Amino acid sequence: MNAPLLSFRDVHFGYRRGRPVLRQVSFDLPPGRITAIVGPNGVGKTTLLYLALGWLTAWSGEILLDGRPLSGYGRLERGRRMALVPQSENTPFDYTVFEYVLLGRAPHLPPLGTPSRNDQAIAWQALERVGLTALAGQPVPQLSSGERQLMLLARAVVQTPRLLLLDEPTAHLDLHNKARLLDLLRRLRADGVTLLMTNHEPDVVLALADEVILMENGQPPQAGPLDRLFTAEHLSRIYRLPVRLVEVDGRKQVLWT
Amino acid sequence: MTAVSAARPAESARRRRFVLLLLFLALALAAGLSLLAGRYPAPGLISPSRLAEDDLAARLVFGLRLPRLLTAILLGMTLGGAGMVFQYLFNNPLVEPGFLGVSQGAAFGAAFVIVLVGGAALPVQVSAAVFALAGLGFSSLLARRLRYGGWILRLVLAGIAVSALFSAGVGLLKYLADPLRQLPELTFWLLGGLASITWERLLSVLPLTLPGLLLLLLFRWRLNLLSLGEATAFSLGAAPGRERWLLILAAVLPTAALISVSGMVGWVGLIVPHIARRLFGAEARFSLPASMLLGGLFVLLCDDLARILLAGEIPLGVLTALFGALIFLALMIFQKPGVSK
Repeated sequence: MNAPLLSFRDVHFGYRRGRPVLRQVSFDLPPGRITAIVGPNGVGKTTLLYLALGWLTAWSGEILLDGRPLSGYGRLERGRRMALVPQSENTPFDYTVFEYVLLGRAPHLPPLGTPSRNDQAIAWQALERVGLTALAGQPVPQLSSGERQLMLLARAVVQTPRLLLLDEPTAHLDLHNKARLLDLLRRLRADGVTLLMTNHEPDVVLALADEVILMENGQPPQAGPLDRLFTAEHLSRIYRLPVRLVEVDGRKQVLWT
Repeated sequence: MTAVSAARPAESARRRRFVLLLLFLALALAAGLSLLAGRYPAPGLISPSRLAEDDLAARLVFGLRLPRLLTAILLGMTLGGAGMVFQYLFNNPLVEPGFLGVSQGAAFGAAFVIVLVGGAALPVQVSAAVFALAGLGFSSLLARRLRYGGWILRLVLAGIAVSALFSAGVGLLKYLADPLRQLPELTFWLLGGLASITWERLLSVLPLTLPGLLLLLLFRWRLNLLSLGEATAFSLGAAPGRERWLLILAAVLPTAALISVSGMVGWVGLIVPHIARRLFGAEARFSLPASMLLGGLFVLLCDDLARILLAGEIPLGVLTALFGALIFLALMIFQKPGVSK
């Protein structure tokens, strides 16, 4: 087994003093895999993601990226290794899709530098990859939510990250766009990118994830392979609801009542 | 195939750079004509030969008109540029550079000296600048103490509260002012104008203005990053907190310096950025310099009208509000469908 790309060691965090949100979080993220953070609303999934990004700072414990403490990375160095696809992002300004995606080159530019022809070619390739070249000149505020999600993924791809963090990437997507996004994420994994995502939808987790981090109110999260942790028993307990896993045409599905 | 497709954005960049150059030439031409235009010896353009013979004309043109029109250009560039920067930093197309207590602070500072001290030009200028910066300082301190909402909402609320306090103070000072001597002077200051500009006053604002504008121009591509959400900007390798305050200061210091010599000149910082984005798109690499050039052109032309149209001076702030609002209305009415969302 390769060395983990990202490790949490006994991390504690909360937004207000005396009110911890996350306690005793420890896990290793295996490289080249897709890991899903699963758990009920308000348990701290997005918080965990933003700790991994370095945007939030842990109260105690250690977060290691490639074996080095995350806090020791420079801003640009971190931005070249790690990218974020936020859950929702709105701009009131009429950027074109191409200009917006090109912003992903920021961590690769010298201080106060502007994107070169090469950067533009990289942005164009990312648009080709997600299939948005036809919309390259469209204003961003006019995109549908599905197109916007694909554009945010393209911007993250332009950063050429080794670790990609995604916050609810399939929320608000119709079936067609969901399938398209899942396919894109699998292809990123095939290219060697490590993915960490929060996800509410069990069918997406079952179809996509290799590993899961199960979060439960008041308990330290558990991390491990999908088939060991993503069981009817565990899901019933963390969602406090009877859940069954059934197999339809060779694909596992979650049933709940 | 990729190379051909990637050429399209490069081509549009070339086109926008070309239009920027045209805009710069238009500004230079307008400045040249404005220097010759005036009411001496008769309303209209003065001929260069007359300028060479007439000593009074030469003193008028180079001692009064030239510093005045340079200040008008600088004022417009600052308000247009700072307005654009504020709209990006606050991710809000409806803010203008004075809203963090800066404009009302300057008004209070000027009113304070005019009414309570007796208004020589220099003390009014210094007091206006000091209170403008105090307005920014109060707003940011207050925003830090608020326990409500994200930083944008907190700063906006704090700015509104501080502006309201200062404008209440201005109201009180107006009430106290001697209606024959002080009130007209105060009113004239509040309406804005460049009639009292001299070379000394122009030079006194340059140390704050030029470095500020230069810094904004250097950061123009990064402005795009800072207009995104804070966590997103951070994920792209920006330091949103630090860079944001640097740019707020680089926008507010020139604004405060210029308001302190010009008085209240409204609407430029709000409307010019909209026009610039309409013509050049949102990408700040083009829209920020465009906003500066358009702002310079707009204030220069308004100030030309202010001094030439009537025998007496028309307050500049009245003209910028009038034409600014008309252009804004025209933009709203003739907007391309689907742009506003």
